Amino acid sequence: MAIASFAESGADLQLSGITKRFPGFTAIEDLDLSIPAGSFFALLGPSGCGKTTTLRLVAGLEEPTEGSILIGGKDVTATKPYQRPVNTVFQSYALFPHMSILENVAFGLKRRKIGDAVAKAHEALKLVELDHLATRRPAQLSGGQQQRVALARAIVNRPALLLLDEPLGALDLKLRRQMQLELKTIQTEVGLTFLHVTHDQEEAMTMADTVAVMNKGRIEQLGAPEELYELPRTAFVANFLGQSNLFTGDVVASGPDHITVDVAGVPIVVPRIRSRRHAGEVAIGVRPEKVSLLTSAPAAETGRNVLGPGRVTDVSFSGVSTQYLVEIPHVGELVVFAQNMVFGPVVNVGAEVWLSWNVEHGFGLDDEPGSVPRFVADDSTESIAIQRRIALEEELEQA
Amino acid sequence: MAFTAFASTPAVEQAPKKRSFIALVLLLPGILYLVLFFLTPLISLVITSFQQPVLDGDIGEYQAGFNWQNYVDSVGEYWPLILRAFGFALVATVLALVISYPIAYVIGVKARRWPLLQSLLLTLVIAPFFISFLLRTLAWKQIMSDEGPIVQALKAVAILPSDGHLTGTTFSVIFGLTYNFIPFMTLPLYATLERLDLRYIEAGADLYASPFTVFRKVTIPLSMPGIVSGTLLTFIPAAGDYINASRDFLGSSSTAMVGNAIEANFLVLQNYPAAASLSIVLMAVILVIVGVYVRRSGTEDLV
Repeated sequence: MAIASFAESGADLQLSGITKRFPGFTAIEDLDLSIPAGSFFALLGPSGCGKTTTLRLVAGLEEPTEGSILIGGKDVTATKPYQRPVNTVFQSYALFPHMSILENVAFGLKRRKIGDAVAKAHEALKLVELDHLATRRPAQLSGGQQQRVALARAIVNRPALLLLDEPLGALDLKLRRQMQLELKTIQTEVGLTFLHVTHDQEEAMTMADTVAVMNKGRIEQLGAPEELYELPRTAFVANFLGQSNLFTGDVVASGPDHITVDVAGVPIVVPRIRSRRHAGEVAIGVRPEKVSLLTSAPAAETGRNVLGPGRVTDVSFSGVSTQYLVEIPHVGELVVFAQNMVFGPVVNVGAEVWLSWNVEHGFGLDDEPGSVPRFVADDSTESIAIQRRIALEEELEQA
Repeated sequence: MAFTAFASTPAVEQAPKKRSFIALVLLLPGILYLVLFFLTPLISLVITSFQQPVLDGDIGEYQAGFNWQNYVDSVGEYWPLILRAFGFALVATVLALVISYPIAYVIGVKARRWPLLQSLLLTLVIAPFFISFLLRTLAWKQIMSDEGPIVQALKAVAILPSDGHLTGTTFSVIFGLTYNFIPFMTLPLYATLERLDLRYIEAGADLYASPFTVFRKVTIPLSMPGIVSGTLLTFIPAAGDYINASRDFLGSSSTAMVGNAIEANFLVLQNYPAAASLSIVLMAVILVIVGVYVRRSGTEDLV
């Protein structure tokens, strides 16, 4: 049952109760996910979190142990990959090495017996600006060009749902930015549903309408990029999506609009509606760019939280902004991003500083008390992996 | 300064020269071996093929000459055997390919997750080599003999007429050729399929190709290097084979191939020029066929 016509528009995708077990481990645990038609949806998470497995389940390359998959309202759980109105841009591109670029792009159209396959393939190649290389073999193209061919090969079929498996991972930064823009433009133009899997939080945030942060086979939080960034639900999201300063402490006062948390003797105020827990020990946080660095003790002011004095332990200049690490006694190390309004850093290592931020910018997490890492400075997959390893090594040493 | 600069130039060039000298030393045994055991007999064969009989000489006595008529005579006399040799070799190669491909696919692709099973199956493919192929072919002669159980059974169900045989028939010769060359087909196929990137198969399935279409459009083209080397390793020796078709093994006079004619002329009839010219004709035809085949199969950008 080949699908002999193009999809009119993107279809919605529904995963309900999906569990995928491989011999020895569970990749996905009871996953529910619903992606509206025509949206650009990103699945974000560190390697091994189950995001690629989710994609392969949707493509039909793996079978779920439990649960069902619906595309455009039709249950496709039991159908073979070639019967699904879905195309994938593979991480490795998987361009057929024995075919020309044009043959690669026309492959899907020919299988579905769609007329004018060659003309349509040329059109798709024009869209990715590679029509002049149509007669070449994939091996003769650069990584970026191969990536665009892979995209053209998938898009030419006008699938109801396009799956992207970290397709930009192998590209250098500049090309990646350019491809991100192109992808977004194409998605808007053709109106397909995109499901994009990535571990690059910036990529997910710039491209997607909706981002789902995945960890250990489960979705930690789902929402618009701004929502996820400004109001992370868990410590994992707070650290994976950008950086965060996190503190733990007991709730000492609970008002109608705000709660007050005792962080190492300093009262920190968080809006009630931005906090998930309102009693007992809670974890709260603030984004580094919301924090301002002061060189003298500020006058007490309602509406601002103040921590300090502390010492600047590190200053790293990155052009647009400067990142300061500030060690505050009994609280720990905090990160501050300050825009470079003047030339160079405003304070040097060793300077005595105070930190302050608007009460409204704080957020309270949903994590169980005690499970929250006090402070995780970096958000990349690698550094999370390194931190996990360090934690494991410490555990082993203690044992 | 200028002089030293000039003087240093040859010293720089010396390094690659030295290296090529070492390479030559390392290549020398191989070159000597080839000259001695390949080139010498080949030249001798060419000379023999043009020899002419000595007037009033003994049987098998020949002198140097340029008797190109030898070629016309031997091809004229033995052309049915030449045709039969290539026909049998072709059929045996196709059969071996059809039988070996699934075996190689199972070992190289399906058994990938179990390396131990993979090695075991590979050993089974190579196992026949532990016994001389002469013995194995003789064993088949026994199995297919008129008194053997197979012939008896076939006669009992009237598939074979009561005066029928299995040995000495076209069937038994092609059977023997196929059987003996299956490992030569399976191993190169395995080597290619073992490296087959399964992501291409997935990509094919993702692009609406049914499993059969994926096999036809992706798997087969990507395993062409193995198919080409396997068919060459089977076809070339099968075309020149004289054991299976020999009346001492699975053949009879009606199934003789060109190899049998060469053998008979060299060892029995002592007509050395005829045997030599037949050998050269066989070699030339194989070269042409292989050349065209390799060029047509278009594996240049895969190997």
